[in-house]
Amino acid sequence: MWRFLIRRIVFGIVVLWLVATTVFLLFFAGPADNVARRLAGPRAPIEVVEQIKDTLGLDRPLFTQYLGFLGDLLRGDLGTSFISQTPVSTLILQSLPGTLWLVFGAAVLWMIMGVGGGVLSATKPRSLRDRTLTVLVLAGISLPTFVLGILMIYLALSVFPGTGLQPGPYISPFVDVGAFLSTMVMPWVCLAVVQAAVYVRLTRGSMLDTMGEDYIRTARAKGVPERGVVYRHGLRAALTPVITQFGVDVGTLLGGVVVTESVFGLQGIGQLMIRSVRDGDLPVIIGAAILAAAFIVIANILVDVTYSFLDPRVRLA
Amino acid sequence: MSLLDVSDVRKYFPIKSGIFFQREVGRVHAVDGVSLSVEAGETLGVVGESGCGKSTLARCMTGLHEVTSGNITFDGDVRRDVQMVFQDPYGSLNPRRRIGSIIADPLVIHREGTPSSRRDRVRDLMALVGLNPEHYNRFPAEFSGGQRQRVGIARALALNPRLVVCDEPVSALDVSIQAQVVNLLKDLQAELGLTYVFIAHDLSVVRYVSDRVAVMYLGKIVEIAPGEELYERPRHPYTAALLSAASVADPDRPRDRVILRGDVPSPISPPSGCRFHPRCPKAQERCTVEEPRLMGDGHKWACHFPLEPGERLQSREVGE
Amino acid sequence: MSLTDAAFEAEPVHAEVVHGKGPWQLAWERLRRDKAAVISMVVIVLVALLAILAPLFALITGHDPLTQYPSTALTPEGLPVGPGADFWLGADSLGRDLFVRLAYGARISLLVGLSATFLATLFGVIVGLLAGYYGGWVDGVLARVLDVVLSFPYLLVAIVLVAAVGASVSLTIFVIAFFSFAAMARVVRGQTIGYREREFTEAVRSLGASPLRIMVIDVLPNLVAPVTVLASLLIPTSIVFEATLSFLGLGVDPRTPSWGAILADSTDFYRVAPGLLVFPAVLLLLTTLAFNLLGDGIRDALDPKR
Ligand SMILES: Nc1ncnc2c1ncn2[C@@H]1O[C@H](COP(=O)(O)OP(=O)(O)OP(=O)(O)O)[C@@H](O)[C@H]1O
Ligand code: SF4
Ligand SMILES: [Mg+2]
Repeated sequence: MWRFLIRRIVFGIVVLWLVATTVFLLFFAGPADNVARRLAGPRAPIEVVEQIKDTLGLDRPLFTQYLGFLGDLLRGDLGTSFISQTPVSTLILQSLPGTLWLVFGAAVLWMIMGVGGGVLSATKPRSLRDRTLTVLVLAGISLPTFVLGILMIYLALSVFPGTGLQPGPYISPFVDVGAFLSTMVMPWVCLAVVQAAVYVRLTRGSMLDTMGEDYIRTARAKGVPERGVVYRHGLRAALTPVITQFGVDVGTLLGGVVVTESVFGLQGIGQLMIRSVRDGDLPVIIGAAILAAAFIVIANILVDVTYSFLDPRVRLA
Repeated sequence: MSLLDVSDVRKYFPIKSGIFFQREVGRVHAVDGVSLSVEAGETLGVVGESGCGKSTLARCMTGLHEVTSGNITFDGDVRRDVQMVFQDPYGSLNPRRRIGSIIADPLVIHREGTPSSRRDRVRDLMALVGLNPEHYNRFPAEFSGGQRQRVGIARALALNPRLVVCDEPVSALDVSIQAQVVNLLKDLQAELGLTYVFIAHDLSVVRYVSDRVAVMYLGKIVEIAPGEELYERPRHPYTAALLSAASVADPDRPRDRVILRGDVPSPISPPSGCRFHPRCPKAQERCTVEEPRLMGDGHKWACHFPLEPGERLQSREVGE
Repeated sequence: MSLTDAAFEAEPVHAEVVHGKGPWQLAWERLRRDKAAVISMVVIVLVALLAILAPLFALITGHDPLTQYPSTALTPEGLPVGPGADFWLGADSLGRDLFVRLAYGARISLLVGLSATFLATLFGVIVGLLAGYYGGWVDGVLARVLDVVLSFPYLLVAIVLVAAVGASVSLTIFVIAFFSFAAMARVVRGQTIGYREREFTEAVRSLGASPLRIMVIDVLPNLVAPVTVLASLLIPTSIVFEATLSFLGLGVDPRTPSWGAILADSTDFYRVAPGLLVFPAVLLLLTTLAFNLLGDGIRDALDPKR
């Protein structure tokens, strides 16, 4: 077990290192003047470009810069925003709560909807209920997140203005619970609906697979009532892929729920990233991207480890 | 010189582990020192339990597997003159191709004939194996298991091979169909002067078609003899056990049976000495340390304490 | 027993027996009986016509997709006009013709969706076949790399690339094609490994067939089904992704009439002109839904047992 864990962590570190190297090369390879110009943005005056060249030491050999870049990363120093002159880590810490609340709130919703829907579908395959859910899932998968988001905003603002729901920046629930809820409910539902579609499919598929298997048949034959069969045997086995997917999804989303945050103007990591791309604020982009990669890698390790507990066979692989 | 000579052939499958740098963590000793020869015109039967290495041996003979060590010499071109009939009538025919093209494959790959002469040859072959030649345009899914096996036989015969290795050609078929396919093979042998290596785990089928029979256990040949001799006077306890297990269905001799106890040991780490000793009713101290060699001529066996002619394997000895 | 009699042996055939019809023909017949799939095909054809005929619509209406027509398209108060004879679906906030822009947008969506999927399928099949057939350490590394690539979200990678090299249609296509390629290569590789060990490939290998022939003639026809299904599902994914990037302002040039950009333009105006939101949203949804339904239909048609 320990060997597996260590191997997995080493592999994760290698992946992160590769990501950091790719990002570094993407932004810093090339003649110093071009790099400085790119970092400063096309409209910046020449003095700013020169200043950037100096402060970042872009004249140094690429490899020296690379070592400096990795050194800063290891010390947790992500640099300073060109636009706001604030440390990138501060900006990220400011944006993190919005993303965290969004992801975990939506996660609760989509697990309820997704697993619930999947169970309803799988317990009566090919029924009207199952077919209806299948069509809904297909609609959910076909519906781009941003279209759903703007439709929701349109409905909330123009058609049902009485609900009090509105898009807007994140407000801490410890400051104003009412405002927190009125801005968070729509993003929660929006993200959850899109995610739930995938989970209905996954739950349905793996439950049908499991229920076809022998031990469910044995349990049925032993006279365990239908409901008991479904919950005790089918669901438990079927949940393994769902939990795997859940871990990966949460990890991925923590790195920024780009579309949902942008549509609703919720100020999280995703929107920070989009804003920085528009402003050409490269240190922020690099910092946020590496943070997101770290979340993904960690989530994948956790999932693999959990999975190897649930299903010891994978450890051999 | 024999048509096919197999001498001390071994085939080990490495078991690897690791992500980027694969380490070998063990080996499956699928075939472990097999020597035999096949004479032109005869049928050599090979029997043994599932997993004992029959298919691996067959694949070595047809050149599908590179042997780990040892030699196989064939009097002719292995790729042309040795053909194989596979075990699984569903897996051995490409479901996305018409059977006409499947049967023509050997001709196409060996650049034999023109498209139209190949078409004629395919029709002749289909008629030869008892298929309606008009069905050359159909897909495998439109045929029954027995008919598919006929397609496989037609493909094997396309190049007029000298040796046909049949790897359990009927074990996937319904019992009622098995006899038809076995009879077809016998008829074809008479008609075309074929040589067969006929693999099966069903002793009765092998007995019916074979001139000589080899018994395999865990990658080794434990006994090899002319068919009647082997069935009437088995010397190796494993052969005797197999024979008595096969006679379970025979109500006249209910007392005789020796049911093989326990599982076949893993071919990854075969038992020391005689590989059969953990399951052998006659095993003694010596069997655990010294490996018996295949001895005798004509009728050969590999056992320190062979059954004497007429001796019966006692099932109560199995205990201990 | 006479040999030819055996052809009429009384053994049941466990398959649909429709003599002479190949698996493709049978699948096509099943697909034609699937109402949802047929309707989806009609929708896709209509969207394709919209894209192909976009210049014709520009000619008929006399409206260029990029030109603003403030005198006719905006009311005296400066609000866009609604649907009518002149502007079929109304005008946008800048006085451009929404219908003509949507028609040109269909070109971008289909261009990105189809070309990215085509590239991904071409390279995915080649790489997947080679890796799966030859195996070895190159394959092991490739499989790991594909796993890692696929664990990163498209959008994150797209954002970083846009930040590094600037937004463009070709970058959009490249990013989508790359990720779709990874998905395709992984599927093809897995399937090829399965077929490499099958007895029918061994049968031709024992005859001395070349690896190329085995890959092309024996393995490839078996991959058509999974590849078609995956490709038909990659198209809508690509379309949605392009629209999303353009909506975020990271895709095509913002003036270009892409559906995502049109929707982004609408966000400040849909209270006064809901059509600006509803028409492109419905069009986008219909297109992706049609492709998804068709993909599901194709899967069911190719694999009726499921
Ligand atoms: N390609 C391979 N890689 C690794 N192990 C293999 C491979 N092929 C066969 N083996 C192993 O070698 C042993 C012998 O297998 P083989 O298929 O030759 O047995 P068999 O006697 O034909 O059995 P059956 O009656 O089931 O067909 C088995 O333990 C099998 O798992
Ligand atoms: S050598 Fe010993 S263990 Fe092996 S078969 Fe003969 S008696 Fe049995
Ligand atoms: Mg076998």
